[in-house]
Amino acid sequence: MSFWTMLTTMADGMLKTILLFALTLIGSIPLGMVVVFLKKSKFKPIAWLTEAYIAVMRGTPLMLQLLVWYFGPYYLFGFSTRGFKFPALLIGFILNYAAYFAEIYRSGIDSMPIGQYEAAEILGYSKFATFMRIILPQVIKRVLPAVTNEVITLVKDTSLASALAYSEVFSLAKQISASQTSFLPFLIAGVFYFIANYVVAWIMKRIEKSMQYYN
Amino acid sequence: MNERNNETLQQEYAVPEGIQDGKNGNEPNRERVILQMSNIRKSFGDLHVLKNIDLSVRHGEVVSIIGPSGSGKSTLLRCATFLEKIDYGEIIYLDRKATITSHSGKVFYTGKAEMKEIKKYFGLVFQQFNLFPHHSVLHNIMDAPVEVLKRDKKEVEKEARVLLEKMGLADKADSYPCQLSGGQQQRVAIARALAMKPEILFFDEPTSALDPELTIEVLKIIRKLAEENMTMVIVTHEMSFAAGVSNRVIFMDGGVIVEEGPPDKVFGDPKQERTKQFLKSYKE
Repeated sequence: MSFWTMLTTMADGMLKTILLFALTLIGSIPLGMVVVFLKKSKFKPIAWLTEAYIAVMRGTPLMLQLLVWYFGPYYLFGFSTRGFKFPALLIGFILNYAAYFAEIYRSGIDSMPIGQYEAAEILGYSKFATFMRIILPQVIKRVLPAVTNEVITLVKDTSLASALAYSEVFSLAKQISASQTSFLPFLIAGVFYFIANYVVAWIMKRIEKSMQYYN
Repeated sequence: MNERNNETLQQEYAVPEGIQDGKNGNEPNRERVILQMSNIRKSFGDLHVLKNIDLSVRHGEVVSIIGPSGSGKSTLLRCATFLEKIDYGEIIYLDRKATITSHSGKVFYTGKAEMKEIKKYFGLVFQQFNLFPHHSVLHNIMDAPVEVLKRDKKEVEKEARVLLEKMGLADKADSYPCQLSGGQQQRVAIARALAMKPEILFFDEPTSALDPELTIEVLKIIRKLAEENMTMVIVTHEMSFAAGVSNRVIFMDGGVIVEEGPPDKVFGDPKQERTKQFLKSYKE
């Protein structure tokens, strides 16, 4: 198999990796915010449940979680998930990353000085307006570096989808490498992840810069 | 309310406080009680910070509250502005009751809608300024009038620029708070409070975070507002300023008002031993 054939064979896997990455972000970044609100809920059972969810998501391997989402329904309910591999992956990734994003947001919200809330209250802002107009814009700036880290980790974590033999770039690299007894596919995959992360870092840096107009 | 009184009220609304740049602002109307606080009690756990405090402020009055740290003066302002909930007592702004205390001694705050209206009567200037760092100076001043009071943006901007001019910060409209000195930030904070056209403005140690040079800039502005008969309550450690600017000085210690009266009486001829002691520590 020529280098070119390998590359084109793996291109499809690259697209799948990018799709998994993008959909995970689109799902988990807003879901993380919902999780923070649930965790801060005044109704204690909801707050506890949310805390337990975060603890499990952070305390067990993502690979294990993916296996549970895919095979769990069969072993628990006898419900075959054949053909639902991608949805299972998405659920696993989104729920896992939402937990991490939630903790990042929480640390950002908690770091806001109380004076900002008080100034807003005196000026008559509603709770919602205070959050949307005063708190959130500042929190976004504060958490951006931590979010960047997480996004870069996600690019690499998509390779865990190979645990379900989903044909993203890492699975393909393993298969082609085995069948062709060549190390080249792994090299191609490595370069792909590196470039993808380079692009991610560049974009995030641009966003951070756009917020540097104030301290 | 009689007709004459009604007329004066309307005139005052026509020329909002702090906005007009004419020399003679609104005439002080001492008949008009802006704030009435009675029997205010507040504890933090076992610590009784306010013990039955009465405070009433009339239109055009400048009241300075002095006293040692921990005397409860800041807490009193925070209770007046609802940042802290009182344990007992009554707070009334312009005949509108914000709280009532039942016979059993339980405090009830009025409904949300009424509270929102009452909150429009006052503004508060913080020791730490608490400007919104992500907004420009102009945006800091304009945001609440536009977003909270739903006022016309162009009109608010015009007023905001007049206020900045008055604060001596006309050229800083597009700056961000982090680019300003502390004194400049505090003046922006005063402009932000004035843009809401409050009936009464509270200052919680407005110069304590500033070095002496910057303190003067801020005190000048407050003096200017006093000349325009802006109703103000100022918690301060600047004794000579308090003496010069206020109609009334209140000395607090240990959660009670120890002495109060015109500044020449309280500073010049204090009656209470505790007041003498406190003032002496400032003279040294």
